[in-house]
Amino acid sequence: MPKGPASHTIVALVQDRPGVLNRVASMFRRRGYNIVSLSVGHSEQPGFSRMTFVVNGDDHTIEQVRNQLDRLIDVVKVSDLSDENVVARELALIKVQATPYNRSEIIQLVDIFRANIVDVSPDSLIIEVTGDEDKVDSLLQLLKSFGVRELMRTGRVAMLRGANAYPGTPSANGNQ
Amino acid sequence: MQLTGGQILCESLIREGVDVVFGLPGGAILPLYGTLPQYKDRIRHILVRHEQGAAMAADGYARATGKVGVCWATSGPGATNLVTGLACSSMDSVPIVAITGQVARPTIGKDAFQEIDVTGVTLPITKHNYLVMHASEIARTIREAFYIASSGRPGVVLVDIPRDVFQEKAEFGEYPTTVDLPGYKPVLDGNISQILRAARLIKEAQRPVVLAGHGVLLSRAMDELREFAEKTQTPVITTLLGLSGFPQTHYLSLGMPGMHGVAWASLALDEADLIIGLGARFDDRVTGDLKRFAPNAKIIHVDVDPSEIGKSVATAVPIVGDLKRVLKQLIANVEPAIHVEWMAHLDQLRREHPSLYIRPTEKLLPQYVIREISEVTDGRAVIVTGVGQHQMWTALHYTFKEPYTMITSGGLGAMGFEVPAAMGAQVGVPDRVVWSIAGDGGFQMTMSELATIAENNIPVKFAIINNNFLGMVRQWQEFFYNREYSASGYTKNPDFVKLAEAFGILGLRVTERSQVRDAIIKAMEWAGPVVVDFVVEEEENVYPMIPAGTSVDQLIEEPQMVEERR
Ligand SMILES: Cc1ncc(C[n+]2csc(CCOP(=O)(O)OP(=O)(O)O)c2C)c(N)n1
Repeated sequence: MPKGPASHTIVALVQDRPGVLNRVASMFRRRGYNIVSLSVGHSEQPGFSRMTFVVNGDDHTIEQVRNQLDRLIDVVKVSDLSDENVVARELALIKVQATPYNRSEIIQLVDIFRANIVDVSPDSLIIEVTGDEDKVDSLLQLLKSFGVRELMRTGRVAMLRGANAYPGTPSANGNQ
Repeated sequence: MQLTGGQILCESLIREGVDVVFGLPGGAILPLYGTLPQYKDRIRHILVRHEQGAAMAADGYARATGKVGVCWATSGPGATNLVTGLACSSMDSVPIVAITGQVARPTIGKDAFQEIDVTGVTLPITKHNYLVMHASEIARTIREAFYIASSGRPGVVLVDIPRDVFQEKAEFGEYPTTVDLPGYKPVLDGNISQILRAARLIKEAQRPVVLAGHGVLLSRAMDELREFAEKTQTPVITTLLGLSGFPQTHYLSLGMPGMHGVAWASLALDEADLIIGLGARFDDRVTGDLKRFAPNAKIIHVDVDPSEIGKSVATAVPIVGDLKRVLKQLIANVEPAIHVEWMAHLDQLRREHPSLYIRPTEKLLPQYVIREISEVTDGRAVIVTGVGQHQMWTALHYTFKEPYTMITSGGLGAMGFEVPAAMGAQVGVPDRVVWSIAGDGGFQMTMSELATIAENNIPVKFAIINNNFLGMVRQWQEFFYNREYSASGYTKNPDFVKLAEAFGILGLRVTERSQVRDAIIKAMEWAGPVVVDFVVEEEENVYPMIPAGTSVDQLIEEPQMVEERR
């Protein structure tokens, strides 16, 4: 039986052609798939970018998402990294209110989370934190009591552990 | 050799084997029209009266010939006028390359006169599209466009070219023979372990059916389908778009299932223990309510597009590949079989549910007209239809005997298809008889192409099934909206005979049953185009009918037939 909705990490290698992001986004919108996050950047190969999507859906939906992505001419390879042994990270910049009285308290929290302070002004700090979503969420939760002025989160990026590059994840068509 | 962008485009099209283009000029594409006279002995240009006509003519041309259809238009309104036609081809996987002029490069993005983001507008209705920013990229782009349009699951590729790129000079040397598309590698051969699994299911099946779709024709797998069906003695159900892919006179042919299909085909799907889907996408008009579709069947699904598999129905054996090749693989691996009981049962269903019944009456029934056209043409004319009741009656009452003879807007269901698509089909197969079976509604959407037809003496025969209604809408209103004919009746249709004459086309009118055959014969003996206005019974309904979203247990059959059988 297919499993119910779950969060999946899908990575696509795409050709750097004009409009490729638009094509991908338009496909998601048109088919009614729900993107939780999306991040895009250059890959190790010139002319190719890598996109990481976090998508919610049951197995059937995720299979459809992969097939529909694959169908786009500019999409070279699609992998579902959800069940794999992967490293997944996101980065957040958090601007938090800080007074001379609570600044050291904030710095302590930052240390515990192995985050960094990247900017200091008289009444605020910018904190940079990297990690999985849970870690970012937890720090954010704790910082809320001080007053978060601005938050900027990247989407998730993910990579398979070990020497292997992207696996040829089998798909339902059995043509692997 | 230094050539202009326009010349490079024409040279490229010639190398792709293009001999005819349907189009209409305008500012952004004028430089190309300036170039065209140099190529007039090699590229025939047919000047349409509306760009939708160009796109749909290219579609009809492609479906009749199996070649890529080509149309072009200017920027802005020219391009947006193409959209309905392109959407139609896209839904039905018809190979089309569309070229649009765009405003000059320096003005792109500035809301220039007649600027429309055509690649954006056509994103969801193309397989791929391009904006070409340098004349040096035209040849490669055209090679890719034709490759993508015609390979794998065929589709529409649009190439948008700014006005100044047509004028820019670039080197034109060798035309590329290969393409470099790392993201596009259609799988052609079926996975052998899946073929073997399929063969096992086929061997075990007691009540198998084939559901054959447009893929049979697109992959030119008609002979293989027949061989497979005969070897395994599996009856063949054909979807609307698959109709001419299997001869309907064959003893294994069951015809079309679904909303307006023959009852025995829908019942066969319902009772089957194995459905072998061949290049068919299990569209809702075929399946009805998915939860109640084919409750007893395992499904083998062969499609060249992996995203079709499992999209609508759960599949026991998925096979991705080109249908012709996969069928060859299957034929090699299946054992001969017979299904005596099943075949006898299907014969009985046919007798119990005579879905092709036409009630005896002196009135002029539309079904009767279509059956007469079928008989006079011996089921061998190229038939193009519009959308609505006449389309369904054609699917039911015309006996298709040869491939590539049923040309209809299936997925999009675009009224108005019947005029330009018939024109394009006739241009593609000039030696064949082309009949357009038209609705009086659809005909009026695109009848301006009669001017193109007359101008080029394209000898299409039009049978307007004139019921003075948007017939299919009227039928739904009769069944589901208390017979409230809200905006579905015409109070004043034009005089189609005079209209034809105004275009310089022979017009005939038929109001009596006794005149039908003579009019059909006269139309066919006439060398040029003909419009026959068949003034038919107004409130005739299409039967059988399975209402949308239900299943075969809700089948509605022709009332008089049911009465007679009591
Ligand atoms: C472009 C377009 N507009 C509206 C519809 C909705 N529609 C489906 S069938 C139909 C009636 C078609 O009337 P006609 O062409 O006279 O054919 P008939 O059903 O009478 O045979 C309509 C309006 C459509 N399919 N296409």
